[in-house]
Amino acid sequence: MSEHIRLKRGLDIPLAGAAPAKIAETVAPDLVAVKPTDFKGLVPKMAVKEGDLVKAGQVLFVDKLRPEVRFCSPCSGSVQAVVRGDKRKLLAVVVKAGKEQESVKFDTVDCAKLDKQAMTEAMLERGLWPMIKQRPYGIVANPADSPKGIFISALNTAPLAPDAEFIMQGQMENLQKGIDALGRLTSSKVYLSCKAGSAFESLKGAEIYTFEGPHPAGNVGVQINHISPINKGEIVWTVDLVSLAAIGRCLATGSYDMTRLVAVTGPAAKEPAYVKAVQGISLASIGKYAQGGNVRYVSGDVLTGENVGADGYLGYFDSQVTLLEEGDYYELLGWLKPLRLKKFSFSHLYWSWLAGKKKTYKLDTNTNGGPRAFVVSDVYGKVLPMDIYPVYLLKACLAKDIEKMENLGIYEVIEEDFALCEFVCPSKIEIQKIISDGIDLMLKEMA
Amino acid sequence: MSALRNTLDRLKPTFSKGGKLSALGSFFDAMETFFFVPKTVTRRGTHIKDSVDLKRTMITVMVALIPVFLFSIYNIGYQMNLAYGYGWGFWMIVWKGFLKILPLYLVSYIVGLFFECMFAQIRGEEVNEGYFVTGFIIPLIMPVNVPLWMLALAVAFAVVIGKEVFGGTGMNIWNPALLARAFLFFSYPKMMSGDAVWVAHKAGVDAVSCATPLSEMASGGMSAMSHSALEMFIGLIPGSIGETSTLCILLGAILLIWTGVASWKIMLSCACGGLLIGLLGPVPAYYQLIMGGFAFGCVFMATDPVTSAQTETGKWIYGFLVGAFAVTLRLFNPGYPEGMMLSILLMNTFAPLIDHLVVNANIRRRQRRVKTA
Repeated sequence: MSEHIRLKRGLDIPLAGAAPAKIAETVAPDLVAVKPTDFKGLVPKMAVKEGDLVKAGQVLFVDKLRPEVRFCSPCSGSVQAVVRGDKRKLLAVVVKAGKEQESVKFDTVDCAKLDKQAMTEAMLERGLWPMIKQRPYGIVANPADSPKGIFISALNTAPLAPDAEFIMQGQMENLQKGIDALGRLTSSKVYLSCKAGSAFESLKGAEIYTFEGPHPAGNVGVQINHISPINKGEIVWTVDLVSLAAIGRCLATGSYDMTRLVAVTGPAAKEPAYVKAVQGISLASIGKYAQGGNVRYVSGDVLTGENVGADGYLGYFDSQVTLLEEGDYYELLGWLKPLRLKKFSFSHLYWSWLAGKKKTYKLDTNTNGGPRAFVVSDVYGKVLPMDIYPVYLLKACLAKDIEKMENLGIYEVIEEDFALCEFVCPSKIEIQKIISDGIDLMLKEMA
Repeated sequence: MSALRNTLDRLKPTFSKGGKLSALGSFFDAMETFFFVPKTVTRRGTHIKDSVDLKRTMITVMVALIPVFLFSIYNIGYQMNLAYGYGWGFWMIVWKGFLKILPLYLVSYIVGLFFECMFAQIRGEEVNEGYFVTGFIIPLIMPVNVPLWMLALAVAFAVVIGKEVFGGTGMNIWNPALLARAFLFFSYPKMMSGDAVWVAHKAGVDAVSCATPLSEMASGGMSAMSHSALEMFIGLIPGSIGETSTLCILLGAILLIWTGVASWKIMLSCACGGLLIGLLGPVPAYYQLIMGGFAFGCVFMATDPVTSAQTETGKWIYGFLVGAFAVTLRLFNPGYPEGMMLSILLMNTFAPLIDHLVVNANIRRRQRRVKTA
């Protein structure tokens, strides 16, 4: 029987623009990109050059430190551009999709017959390995490690996040195959967290936990903290649901098929909808869903996503696009208005907490105030359902005090776990950046 | 309104870096952000942000102080009327009270904001709105006869030494408003306590002597008390400007708790601490809550989120000790009739230690996990 965990702390931001559960269209790939910047700390090494023809599943670049970790093209076509930034840092490899889609043909895999070594090799060969993230730090897992558990969250609670059950329709066999595969990689267990009563509860080979509560109940970091917190020296791996299905599909069919349902959401979306598309598609191909002149294109959700611009590309792990209006306007005496009914606040200093759960808000990107020092110190804990003192951990990160960071739980968190703290912060502090810098410091010092 | 916006846009280059008046840049920025929520957008991290900011937080505390403020104006006039037997009507009382309190506020805000802007300019930061509240509170915890130069000195001390040297709002160790009072309390004790400072002077006449309930209790216990509990609760009694009316303070407390700006845990545990030690006193324990500055300190000063304990467990301990020490000082220290100010400042000092112990418990839990794993 699965264990049920109910979380009270957190916040579901009532953002307007959720996608209704129907598929609007299939977006044929035109330009598709794989971005090394989606992987924390990765130093990529190119394996193709501009103009090369590639198939889906063919390697584009590898991890310079561990060349066996391959990053593959999600579609077939020709390499159109290798985009570089400052100091020639590799930002993206753009593939122009050909008319006919073709995948590299891999052998199908019977998970039961493979041991850890063979399974690891099979996944590395197929370019599936980067889908496994390691905690602490949120980096690509090291194939040589043996994790104390592999965690999967089958529950999306982020603002306007795609509904896990809807996007996984017809994928249950692939998910099962994915779990079987992950089961070979660890001598410990695979853990899967989902909503009570969802179809995922019937999956075999994983220990099922059911979670209930506001965001971030769906964050895998929060789930780990409640199931089996990470201690110093321990490693766990995490895989998101969409990647898990992709792993299962590739192992079962032998073809590298990175198709997924992408939720096009947000207050600036004309008609929020799900579209069928491949990993890393250009947002230009869904530009028609945006309305208004000054729109921000976010790959991912509003809390953790990346502002990629109208010509940008969907992130490696993202199956959501959020369209937001830019908030670059002045508001006369906004902070003094008694009502301000169009704005949302977690605090009780405005009225939105009385407005009921059904009301949604067209929030924009205005910061609603200037940056300040930490003043209101008790608000952060209200949206972080973990056994962690957020302000103390943040201050340890700012002070670069590694021992304190360890003691206060840096191993248990990554940026996304602090996203809500950043949203509610009245001092407008860039909290995810602080955590990110803290993790970078740990990576450097612990290497 | 676009006229105001246009004016600000026109003036902006003059005050920006490289402009003629760039030395006043912080002041201009403070004015601009006072009138307009800035048009800055999120750059990294979350793409949307909660609509609350520190300005909203601080203005809410000020709104909570309004009942106290209005009552203070009336009470100043009322005490004058009573002491000198003028026979003023309601509006005359209000007018005289207003005339007395106005210069205190002018001094408090002009001196305080001057130093705030100066330090913001030096540090290249935006002016913090914390002084909205500090400047509003400082006159309320002064005796009505405090000379203006003394007030100016106290404000300067509180802002510069109490806050800015630590790095500004959010970094300070002690409640700045209380530091202003403590500064005067130790530097000019004659002007801050005794029986002669509580009623506004009439020009050319000696101060009227008028005992507060606290000094009455200190001198003769229950038999010396000249005010009933109800009178002390309503607050038409002598005392520091804003501290007398427990009723108005409670109205403010309701707003602070409703909006979540101040911690109800601190208020409740502080009251409990006071009541418990109050049992040892010569007057009923609940008298301690309605006499002197206890209620005001408990609601508006002990709960300052920066200088109070910041962990939830720590708040219970901190609040309790504030209340307990305050009443201990009142009852067992013959030197000072009032203990709230010193008690809060003392616990401000110890709040980081309390938090340290609470956080350490979390650290130990984490370390134990490693050992058992």
